[in-house]
Amino acid sequence: MIALREKFKIPKKLKAIAALLLIIGILTILSGFFTKGLSTDNAVSAQFWGVLMYNTIFWTLICNASMFFVCFTTLAMGGWQASFRRVPEAISCMVPIFGVLTFLILFYVVAIDHNYHIYGWLNTDVVQHDEVLKGKQGFLNVKFYLIWTVLTLALWSLLGWRMRVLSSEADKGPLLGEKGKKYIWKNTVTASLFVVWFALTVGSTVPWFWMMSIDPHWYSSMYSWYTFASSFVSGLSLIALWVVYLKNNNYLELTNQEHLHDLGKFIFAFSIFWTYLWFAQFMLIWYANIPDEVVYFKHRMQGAYRGIFFLNLIINFVFPILLLMSNDSKRKYNWIAFMATFIILGHWMDFYQMVMGSLSKQEVSLSWFDFGVLAFFVGVMIYGVAFALTKKPLIAKYNPFLKESVIHHS
Amino acid sequence: MKKKKFVVLPFQEEAKLFDAVKMAKEDGYKIHDVYTPFPVHGLDKALGLKESSLHKAGFYYGLTGLSVAFFYIGWIFNFDWPHNYGGKPHFSFPAWIPIMFELTVLFSAVGMTYTFCWLCKIAPGVKKHHFHPRATDDLLVLVIECTAHTNAEEVESKFKKNGAIDTSIQYAEIGWWWGTYNDDTIPFTKDNSSIVVA
Repeated sequence: MIALREKFKIPKKLKAIAALLLIIGILTILSGFFTKGLSTDNAVSAQFWGVLMYNTIFWTLICNASMFFVCFTTLAMGGWQASFRRVPEAISCMVPIFGVLTFLILFYVVAIDHNYHIYGWLNTDVVQHDEVLKGKQGFLNVKFYLIWTVLTLALWSLLGWRMRVLSSEADKGPLLGEKGKKYIWKNTVTASLFVVWFALTVGSTVPWFWMMSIDPHWYSSMYSWYTFASSFVSGLSLIALWVVYLKNNNYLELTNQEHLHDLGKFIFAFSIFWTYLWFAQFMLIWYANIPDEVVYFKHRMQGAYRGIFFLNLIINFVFPILLLMSNDSKRKYNWIAFMATFIILGHWMDFYQMVMGSLSKQEVSLSWFDFGVLAFFVGVMIYGVAFALTKKPLIAKYNPFLKESVIHHS
Repeated sequence: MKKKKFVVLPFQEEAKLFDAVKMAKEDGYKIHDVYTPFPVHGLDKALGLKESSLHKAGFYYGLTGLSVAFFYIGWIFNFDWPHNYGGKPHFSFPAWIPIMFELTVLFSAVGMTYTFCWLCKIAPGVKKHHFHPRATDDLLVLVIECTAHTNAEEVESKFKKNGAIDTSIQYAEIGWWWGTYNDDTIPFTKDNSSIVVA
């Protein structure tokens, strides 16, 4: 067997880039906090907290998508991911960190700032005289919102942590026969718990709470799946980016083009899946043309957000379908890295228009501030994931599926 | 079509088949094809086959379907028979997308199926030579085409030593023609010796 470079050492260049991004990010957030965040006018402070909200939600969800990737491949007995499984595991280490950030920001918005501009349903005076919001009160209230948010983030973190602990067993000694069966069984149980909780949260309730309730009258049954698809395809892109990065630095010796090809297929397929949901949500509302429902799309498609609206579709659908369709494109490291970056940015913009499109309807607020906050989150992500990668061997030597992964043909 | 001479070498295990393919390539034999009952991973690479153009054809069939749907609906609703459906504009592009999507799928699926049949020379009511009936059941059949320099008997005995079972030397046409398989040998029920041996 070839000699494996067991542990990842963070290159100085990566550290420098992450530090630079962090400094830019912190300065941007501080300047935004003092100019907008502290404003007593809800509409102004919403411009600051809204940006923080969609960034933190986006990064929590895409890091959690990594753990979802680990769990569903485990449940499907997919052995091919064994050679690079430590990468999504390391990315999922960010869930508790981004989760705490998300909770703090949402807690501030809901319980301290009482930002009526972001969440109209917080305003009890309005709710009392509004039949629709009155009916939704059982779900849309501060207590349930906070409890459910805490539960969501805590269980994601806990089950993710459990999966990572189980994975460490594959470093210690051979898992043969009964031992191997037990290892797989334990993994299967935790993974299925995670997937069920994932479905109850990202698959349904959490996007309703965090983002859809910004337009409390409007609803779409596609919204959660849409959010899931958006975050999942960017999560897969993030995994691919780290895999390519580690490959370029001569780590992950057992991962090759075959694994990259399958990751590429996933990115391609879920880009189309996202488009399918995008269209399913849009088309019915457009066709029925009922004022209550059209409010969501009116200013997005025909107002200030027209450019972003169609750019979103071009970046996240037209580009992936044309540029990732061929066999060769999914097997080239640099091409996958380029497309993955592109798709992450595209879906970040998608989250931007989902949140800010409702908070600033008259004009597109996208500016240096959004990119500064993005820099902060990317910086934290790079530091955190790189640090998590140094903690464990990059390849779980005794994973029962490792051989299947080594001989994998896509 | 002229009949050609083939050495038929069935194997029971994938590993032995790969060794045989490697050996045949090293010794410079002309491999006609390998018939397997299931897809064998990595065999295309071992045989040095070039990538199939089927998926490229599929892309263009899909593109054809997409444009046929778009232009046909566009022509009907805007020029041939413009209707007022609930005040919607005649050019209601989002409403056409499902149909455009379906026709893309239909054209590429049907087109690729026929192209696949054409490339593999198979179709309903059409017959082609079967080298070994168990190639559709449990044997992996390597077929070597004899050239002027090939000593068929030597090849047969050589590969027999390397795990080939139930080998034979056959004269066959490799094209396709009208006919059915009714009279063919059914594995395990009839004597396999009914296969024409030179």
